[in-house]
Amino acid sequence: MRALGWLYMALAYVFIFLPVAVLVAFSFQDGRLPVPPFQGFSLRWYEKVLGDRDLMEALGNSLLVAVVSSVIALVLGFLAAHALARVRLPGSVLMRGVLIAPMTVSYLIIALGLLTMFGAAGVKLSLWTVGAGHVVINLPLCFAICFAAMGDQQRSAERAARDLGAAEWQVLLHVSAPMLAAPLAAAFFLSVTFSWDEFIIAFLLTRFDVTLPVEIWSMLRSGLSPATNAVGSLVFLVSVTLVVALELLVFRRAK
Amino acid sequence: MTPALVWTGAFFVLPFAAMVVLSLAHMEGRAVVYGVDAGNYVRAFTDWTMVKALLNSLEITVIVTVVSVVLAYPLAAIIAFRVPVRWQRLALLMAVLPFWTSYVVRSYSWLLVLGQNGVVNRALLGLGVIAEPLEIASTRMATVIGFVHFFVMLLTLTIYANLIQLSPNYMRAAQDLGASKWQTFRHVVLPLTLPGVVTGAFLTFVLCIGDYITPQILGGNTELTLPQLIMLQMGRSGNFPLASALSVVLMGVVTLAYFLSAKWLRLDRV
Repeated sequence: MRALGWLYMALAYVFIFLPVAVLVAFSFQDGRLPVPPFQGFSLRWYEKVLGDRDLMEALGNSLLVAVVSSVIALVLGFLAAHALARVRLPGSVLMRGVLIAPMTVSYLIIALGLLTMFGAAGVKLSLWTVGAGHVVINLPLCFAICFAAMGDQQRSAERAARDLGAAEWQVLLHVSAPMLAAPLAAAFFLSVTFSWDEFIIAFLLTRFDVTLPVEIWSMLRSGLSPATNAVGSLVFLVSVTLVVALELLVFRRAK
Repeated sequence: MTPALVWTGAFFVLPFAAMVVLSLAHMEGRAVVYGVDAGNYVRAFTDWTMVKALLNSLEITVIVTVVSVVLAYPLAAIIAFRVPVRWQRLALLMAVLPFWTSYVVRSYSWLLVLGQNGVVNRALLGLGVIAEPLEIASTRMATVIGFVHFFVMLLTLTIYANLIQLSPNYMRAAQDLGASKWQTFRHVVLPLTLPGVVTGAFLTFVLCIGDYITPQILGGNTELTLPQLIMLQMGRSGNFPLASALSVVLMGVVTLAYFLSAKWLRLDRV
């Protein structure tokens, strides 16, 4: 029974890592197709990818959108959580519902709705419209994380600060935010990884400044290629670095 | 709080309203004519292509949700109860690490594994298990595998979070009272973790039924899902009103799923 458990776990890990392992392994393929047999080790696909202007531009766009939209989502989510955790109003359950709602709607619908609205309002599609969409999907996440982290201890510290004459923005900036540093960082990094990887909103809401997932999508149209594997492996490396950094910096210290 | 509500209102509620308005319009040639016309909805529920896409989406989503929960629960339980505490975070991190490959790339890499010349076929051919390569890529099977891979990771995370909140005392008490391992699980552990499982399953349902990428890359174009049909209506036919109507239908299905699972859902505590 005990051995069976470990076996199950091992098989589960194989299943979970299989596609990634294949992806990374065949990004070093010295041939034109990323499938067996392995024809030898080569870094030429990485060279090709790193020298590709369009891809690098898309990567820059992705990072920009991810960071800016995550900052906005974090600030809005934090303020909302702060207010809703303090005040008990009859409407607060409804407001919480509205704030969480985008989490339960598929990204395709959010993207279509925004496309319809921007179209009707005559707003030109750009990285800004993508960013607005990314704030919509990350705001509930930031809100939920911040809301869950607000505690009594914080409430007392804030009251003390107010008694000592701090203005409301000073309380937020110097007391509330530092006390919640770990959850705030977690919310921010999670938002960055989600935005950086988001496809459908970025695909529908921009025309010329594409983000990395959209650029990769267009690479797929030319069929299987080790170059796609190389891009994928690089994206994986960046995301994993972020996640591991988050684990080490935030969660280790939080304990 | 106000800025967040304004943002959600402006970029979520308002766009959705715009989409509902558009779904009641119709096309004349290539122009959109606004009005109140239920024609798009009638088509969504009578045109066999549309109905079939909805049914495909529902079938795939239900299969994926059930299979993912059944596979993820034991993994989460093994990590929570068998793995020594100091290794649990690492085990969990490992179990969800591929979650952070690019979503588009993750579907593509399953193509490398399942394709005609893919790793699985090469291995099976090499071992002499099969004589002809299996047709897995570009089928519903491939879509389901791709989805299950993604959601096993998500559900392992959410179910684990629930399992470690259980006090071991409950299980000890059940066993002291003579319950077998299975009875303890069936009558103590499962009911207590059900809300978390339902929350995870609901998220799986929502993300799965609304997803365009995985069916598009892995499923081929033989069997359309609802999101694929929506994209097709927008892209090839430029029929935005019909695409909007189909999106509203999609939203309706999700809302229905919400009410069916509402008893156990605690979304604000994910």
